[in-house]
Amino acid sequence: MPRRIELPELQELLRQGAQLVEVLPREEYEDQHLPGALSIPLKQLTREAASRLDPKQPVVVYCWDYL
Amino acid sequence: MRLETLGFERVFDYVPGKADWLAHGLPGEGQNAGRRTAGDIARRDVVTCHLNDDVDEVRRAIAGSPYGFGLVLGADDVLLGRVRATSRGSSVELSMEPGPSTIRPDTSVEHVAHTMVERDLKTTLVTTPEGRLVGVVRRADAEGISGGKE
Repeated sequence: MPRRIELPELQELLRQGAQLVEVLPREEYEDQHLPGALSIPLKQLTREAASRLDPKQPVVVYCWDYL
Repeated sequence: MRLETLGFERVFDYVPGKADWLAHGLPGEGQNAGRRTAGDIARRDVVTCHLNDDVDEVRRAIAGSPYGFGLVLGADDVLLGRVRATSRGSSVELSMEPGPSTIRPDTSVEHVAHTMVERDLKTTLVTTPEGRLVGVVRRADAEGISGGKE
């Protein structure tokens, strides 16, 4: 289970080189996303899609908000 | 499929999400990333003070400022309230109107202008989700940029 984090920890992880993944639909990603984030919509999270990520580096996933 | 089952050992979930990031006025990328927001046009020229400041000095500062009010800040610049030039309390705390309405930095300028016209507001206050003061938006600035669009 991914560990839940808030903004300060996110910013620290990004300083350490963490990879950002937005799991919202592509259209929402195209509208606006966090700088440097990759788009991997949740329903398309396959082994092939995840191969774009480095498993040795931390990964931070996010969507729109708490809901 | 979960990332952990694919061999990723350090996976984090930024639960507050994109809404939280943008609400803090942090930059985004994408087709709408360049639109002007309340955080972009908020001015920082408002008088600020603290609860234990001399209220007469605060009123003098407000009298010399572009606005008819000053803002009371707590720790970490969290907005506590507003003191108007016309207030008559014997201290900042007694003169203060607590908990003024605020908007978030990522609110579009068009939406801000529309709301300010609808409610006949000359200014609106901008804070982060934690209540930290970002600045004051003047209606003239919002209207000038939005050009009546929404």
